Amino acid sequence: MLASLGTVWTLARKDLLLELRSRDIVLAIVVFALLVITIFTFAIELTPSRSRDVGPGVLWAAVAFAGVLGLNRSFAMEAEGSTLDGLMLTPVSRELIFFGKVLGNFIFVIIAEIVIFPVFEALFNISVLQIETIVIALLASIGFSAVGTAFAAVSVRVRSREIMLPLLFLPTSVPLIMAAVESTSVVVNGGSWADFSDWLQLAIMFDVIFVIASAVLFQYVLEE
Amino acid sequence: MISPTHDAPEILDPGAHPSGVIAIEASRLEKSFGNAAVLRGLDMTVRDGEVVAIFGANGVGKSTLLRVLATLTRPDHGNISIYGSDLPKQAEVARLSIGAVLHSPMLYGDLTVKENLTFFGKMFRVPGLTERVDEMAARMGLARRLNQRVRELSHGFQKRAALARALMHRPRILLLDEAETGLDEPARLILDGVIAEHHGAGHAVVMTTHSIERGIAGSDRVFVLSGGGVALDRPSSQVTSSDVTDLYGDPSLIGPGGT
Repeated sequence: MLASLGTVWTLARKDLLLELRSRDIVLAIVVFALLVITIFTFAIELTPSRSRDVGPGVLWAAVAFAGVLGLNRSFAMEAEGSTLDGLMLTPVSRELIFFGKVLGNFIFVIIAEIVIFPVFEALFNISVLQIETIVIALLASIGFSAVGTAFAAVSVRVRSREIMLPLLFLPTSVPLIMAAVESTSVVVNGGSWADFSDWLQLAIMFDVIFVIASAVLFQYVLEE
Repeated sequence: MISPTHDAPEILDPGAHPSGVIAIEASRLEKSFGNAAVLRGLDMTVRDGEVVAIFGANGVGKSTLLRVLATLTRPDHGNISIYGSDLPKQAEVARLSIGAVLHSPMLYGDLTVKENLTFFGKMFRVPGLTERVDEMAARMGLARRLNQRVRELSHGFQKRAALARALMHRPRILLLDEAETGLDEPARLILDGVIAEHHGAGHAVVMTTHSIERGIAGSDRVFVLSGGGVALDRPSSQVTSSDVTDLYGDPSLIGPGGT
């Protein structure tokens, strides 16, 4: 068990080191998300109540769309140098490779969110940096990373992978995006715990189902 | 084992002989890509201590065969066993015995040579990893380039690093797909030395090469692929270049180096 965790961490650490050198993934997510958020602040006349109505939707649409860019890059990087083949040559199980990639992508999304959330809060003038939204952000990032990693692996050998990934990832992630938007909306509008917990449960269920399903899918999609 | 009539340097230790233990056993392998059938019922057996050279015209399936043996590509039909481990069921066990240098170096360009070797060493749980990295770097003439990013290395040094990666976990089978391509003379000598050492240790080497003379001189056995199967399987001492090229079919497919 410890050895498996060590392998997962070795894989994620390698991705973090590569990202530290290239800064491709986090930068792509942050810049794209901030652009989307900024454009909406100009497009909508932001009164306090309108900010609370549309803000959560803008925030999570920006994170989801920007996340696709980062996830695409994370696997494209492996395909470019055929390093995916190098990974496949190792005696490490496909599940551990999957969880290593998911952990790396999860950390990238979280780092990007650490930058995006305060900027969003400042521009929309609503407080999203609360414990409930942080929990939802963690759950959403787990789901995005798991589904995104599996579909990035599906898309990696396809010529039009930049188109393929969003086409697979976004429709599948709709329940998670809905849960994130609605629960954030409950938080910023001062809703009840009962309302919040319904969406929280949906996010947890999504994560449990799709982490397992994505891990199973991953094993098959990498076979030539 | 090696024909004395060839001009290419004799690189194998004549004292080493195949042990009889079957390293690779492939039977009735079939693999198609779309409508193109590449392997059609191919059978081959490689024993421990054998160096096998695979020849064939472009597109005949040499690289596909090596990828299948490396567990990277799953055949449509047929059976493969690596030291008794059946693929794909026991692929994780089989991979411990396989080191492969294919067309691409399979190294992370933005990581240094040391970081790459350490990463792949950890994936194989190589004991004494730091010492092994230094040992492989010294063996491949990479000691002064250990802290250089792979992206900044020349093609030849990337190939050396790829060879170091493939040998990190001391595999018993070495798969080389045109590994000598783009190497300068010192690097070729290192490659020849690695093959000879592997052979001397009683391990198996399966290689494809552009150079027919070199391939025949540097191997125990020759396979020529044609029509999706093995058209010739003979000890290298009984094979001439024309035996090989005669089986290529369309002569226009044969490049200046051979394949």
